[in-house]
Amino acid sequence: MDNKAGVLVPTSMNENRPIKKSMSSQPKKVKKLDVFVRGLIFPIIVLGLWELAGYTDIISETLLPRPSNIFTTFLDLAQTGDLFNHVQISLLRALGGFLIGGSLGLIMGLLVGFSNKVEQTLDPTLQMIRTVPTLAVIPLFILWFGFGEMSKLLLIAKAAFFPLYVNSFLGIRSVDTKLFEVAKVLEFSRWKQITNLILPSALPNILLGLRLALGAAWLALVAAELMGSSEGVGYLIMDARQFSQTSIVFVGIIIFAVFGKASDSFVRYFERKLLKWRDSFQG
Amino acid sequence: MSLLEIHDLDKSFHTNNGLTHALKNIQLTIKNGEFITIIGPSGCGKSTLLKIIAGIDIEHSGSVKIDQKEVIGPSIDKGFIFQEPRLFPWFTVEKNIAANFSLNDIKVRKKVDELIKLVRLEGFKKAYPKELSGGMAQRVAIARALLRNPKVLLLDEPFGALDAFTRSHMQEVLFDIWQENRTTMIFVTHDIDEAIFLANRVIIMNARPGTVQKVIRIDSPYPRKKSNKSFQDFRHLVLNEFDKTDELELVDRAGI
Ligand SMILES: Nc1ncnc2c1ncn2[C@@H]1O[C@H](COP(=O)(O)OP(=O)(O)O)[C@@H](O)[C@H]1O
Ligand SMILES: [Mg+2]
Repeated sequence: MDNKAGVLVPTSMNENRPIKKSMSSQPKKVKKLDVFVRGLIFPIIVLGLWELAGYTDIISETLLPRPSNIFTTFLDLAQTGDLFNHVQISLLRALGGFLIGGSLGLIMGLLVGFSNKVEQTLDPTLQMIRTVPTLAVIPLFILWFGFGEMSKLLLIAKAAFFPLYVNSFLGIRSVDTKLFEVAKVLEFSRWKQITNLILPSALPNILLGLRLALGAAWLALVAAELMGSSEGVGYLIMDARQFSQTSIVFVGIIIFAVFGKASDSFVRYFERKLLKWRDSFQG
Repeated sequence: MSLLEIHDLDKSFHTNNGLTHALKNIQLTIKNGEFITIIGPSGCGKSTLLKIIAGIDIEHSGSVKIDQKEVIGPSIDKGFIFQEPRLFPWFTVEKNIAANFSLNDIKVRKKVDELIKLVRLEGFKKAYPKELSGGMAQRVAIARALLRNPKVLLLDEPFGALDAFTRSHMQEVLFDIWQENRTTMIFVTHDIDEAIFLANRVIIMNARPGTVQKVIRIDSPYPRKKSNKSFQDFRHLVLNEFDKTDELELVDRAGI
């Protein structure tokens, strides 16, 4: 306290100051830019060396095409419109599977979270299924549904289901009992208890589940498309591999990476918006 | 007119290490509009007594009546302030006060605005709990209870976690609220000065088992000054009670 004279300052003046840890925003921005630039140094050096190595024929073009080469391949593919089609198909698959699996996971997680009876009935079975690796059920899905869209959607749905199921269940069960006591003293109705207490308190976990589910859906998409398909980014990759068109393989991999990162950032953006009340959230 | 009547209240906890006799033979009558402070060593059953009055704990023998009606559970006419503010972190200050009521309701809106003024939090309506200091958060909790027009406000060491400056400020805020609303207050503390500063009557409790040892009426006029002679006299009166029971623990904790 900056009270050098030892005088009693009216406490209300000290007291009504919010404890926001606010730095002036100007130096913060400069620092952010700094960090960004520093992060770029390494990749640029690597790309430069890589380009040089290809240019001087140290590395074979079929094994590791030069970055510039990959870029022109990307432009070619984009111009024919082929690339756009493949990306669209892949996105639809991922989204479809994610919506089916994710919404089921969320609903089941909430049901199991809210009711002990439902938990006792469903959770043991679901936990057992959860331990089965997604990749291990691929042969089964192929046997049942062939190589068609159905087996792909189901595979992605299975992958997206569990992160949301587990995390929304956990979120509902970890509501602070002290706040429950408050809700009782304030005579919350069951409905208000759910909307004002349980769901907001479970939201951080649910959003985490959402992010993990998106990631899992994306991984499953790659696996599903590589196991056999006639369109999609995975097909593009497999097809190019057969003809040793390594630069196209690279384009496919980069597209998978970019969209994976984009979907993750999208959910993070929502987290930042919805969880701004959180103490620990330093988004 | 008596608001609260407690007769032959007895309370035991069954635990793994046997039986704890938390409250024994409590008799207490509190008038409407009274300010009661309860003081006593830690573990003497102050919180237990408050929770029983609030209806949060209803497993006891004897009777606890508010307005001639037996307390059978928690309700909004018995406001409860915990030691921690216990705000909903996802709500702003105004929404925390309104809680299950809608701020779109004109009556609620108006009352919430009045209460924000009463607890001196103008300018912080839209702040989240993480942006508040401990004292501010506790004032939000008090406003939240007051919005429901409680017959009695039960406060369990509400300022115990605050620093000395903030605490004496909060005592004044609470005193002003009481002067304005005349809500009956039952206030648990382990700070002797705090107890004397606020109370019509100070109830001194004793531990193992928890009993009411003495009730001291503080009949000096408000607002009181802690440096006054009469204040010091009451202080000695209370301290004497603790000397009788050799409970140095309390005196230690009060920092005297
Ligand atoms: N939920 C409980 N289960 C078992 N024993 C308890 C419980 N709550 C309080 N007690 C016991 O009852 C006695 C009174 O506790 P409490 O009312 O919290 O005291 P105070 O608030 O005066 O410090 C203590 O001995 C404590 O250990
Ligand atoms: Mg206590």
